[in-house]
Amino acid sequence: MTNPTARYLPAGLPIPVAEPDGLSAPYWEGLRKGKLLVQRCSHCNAWQFGPEWLCHRCHAFDPAWTEVQPCGRIFSWERVWHPSHAALKGHGPYIAVLVELPHAGGIRMVGNLLGDPAQKVTIGADVEGVFEHHPESNPPYALLQWRRRQVSSK
Amino acid sequence: MTARARDERTLRGRVAVIGIGETEYYRHGASPDPEFKLALKAILAACEDAGLDPRDIDGFSSYSDDRSEASRLAAALGTHRLRTATMQWGGGGGGCCAAVANAAAAIVAGLADCVVVFRSLAQGQYGRFGQAAGIHTVSGERSYLMPYGVLAPPQRFAMRVQRYMHEHGVRQDAMCAIALASYHHAQANPRAVMYGRPLDPGKYDASRWIVEPFHLYDCCMENDGAAALVLVSAERASDFRRKPAYLLGAAFGSGHRAAATAHNAPLYATASFDTVAPDVYRMAEIGPSDVGVVQAYENFTGGVVMALAEHGFFRPEDANDFLTFENLIAPSGRLPLNTSGGNLAECYMHGFELVLEAVRQVRGTSTSQARRSDVAMVIGGPMVSPASNLILGSEATL
Ligand SMILES: [Zn+2]
Repeated sequence: MTNPTARYLPAGLPIPVAEPDGLSAPYWEGLRKGKLLVQRCSHCNAWQFGPEWLCHRCHAFDPAWTEVQPCGRIFSWERVWHPSHAALKGHGPYIAVLVELPHAGGIRMVGNLLGDPAQKVTIGADVEGVFEHHPESNPPYALLQWRRRQVSSK
Repeated sequence: MTARARDERTLRGRVAVIGIGETEYYRHGASPDPEFKLALKAILAACEDAGLDPRDIDGFSSYSDDRSEASRLAAALGTHRLRTATMQWGGGGGGCCAAVANAAAAIVAGLADCVVVFRSLAQGQYGRFGQAAGIHTVSGERSYLMPYGVLAPPQRFAMRVQRYMHEHGVRQDAMCAIALASYHHAQANPRAVMYGRPLDPGKYDASRWIVEPFHLYDCCMENDGAAALVLVSAERASDFRRKPAYLLGAAFGSGHRAAATAHNAPLYATASFDTVAPDVYRMAEIGPSDVGVVQAYENFTGGVVMALAEHGFFRPEDANDFLTFENLIAPSGRLPLNTSGGNLAECYMHGFELVLEAVRQVRGTSTSQARRSDVAMVIGGPMVSPASNLILGSEATL
């Protein structure tokens, strides 16, 4: 986003933090630095998201963190109308998308699709990540949002 | 009943439901009674239905973190001795059939003789089940969802249903038909919260979106109440006053990495019955065409579409043709569905009201009796992990 403090959803939703045991700390720290870090097992090369202490495929502990390009395609989506949180009252609709990353083992992550909330959403459409920073928050955090990629890579 | 080898690992025909009971069902927050009192009322009603002294109960089984503890129930009811107290892991309604299976397993294994399975809910007392307010920070799976406004169950599951509709060409009409059938059956059921409040296609279409592709009427209610049933071994089933409903099969669980966070299950567009449905048919020794009536848990109608397909009632590609109002209503639809009104229109008792309705179908006492009701299925908690299901049958099916 051009405006460093622009946010897609209103303030007041729960702030994401790492667990007390620190499992997801590299992921959240990465987002704050504008990097997407996900786990990739150094033994069997399996990609994994969300993080876990164990590689789901080969059972090696502590899968390594790897930076990947925040780009992918829409695997599914939904347009939310009913506010399930006080912070969303009077806001909406808004769009949440599930994005798959084909270059990272097809792992998926949920984010919002930036732009017109009434826009037509197409499964399979290419999207690129946008880091949404919240330095003013306590504690500070960043989210990974998505927008339609203008030039198709197909 | 045919004699079964002692070492045969099955629940088929070995336990029977001898009593069912429930409280009055209330709108969310409207129960005049607190939750524990509701549980006691439902359990006593089930004992009364069976003609059983509640002191003879020796076990309790529930799910979804029911707050009415077994030991407190046992003390209050004056049960002579407590021998099993089982809680099925997992939230929501995924355990509504598993709780019955756990109770049955305890009886078959000789751990207990007479087990009550129950669910009680007073959301006015304890707050709404799916509410997502009042927390400042989140971590773990919720941290990958909640900051993006994917907060409550409708938003968690709509994306899965959207993918399923995309993969198989399922249309909104299929989900509408499920809502219409539920409301239709509720109009014959005076116990139903939505009794006297019919639904038609125009009202469905005009209702607000909760989250696309779910209209208001695709989403279950929030309710207060309690429901219970009593299980004993099949050998004792005829000692009680009601026609027994025998457990033919039960299964629970989910497939490979089904709960991988967040939305990373390898098989994403699923109701979690890919492994569970074959298991229940294997134990029951029947197939989908033998099932005469189905009670399918509707957190959301889209989950019912997926769950019914995974139980082999139709291929996903045929969902639009199969899921019509005419096909889903009693007595003579191809597959009468949610004949009490279910979670959408009878009462959202986390699916336990569906188990009671399956018992009524087998007994022949439903307010919307299916023509073929000797074999009745319940499907619990689509899209969660673990999910569960069960099949009940009359004595003739053993
Ligand atoms: Zn590995």
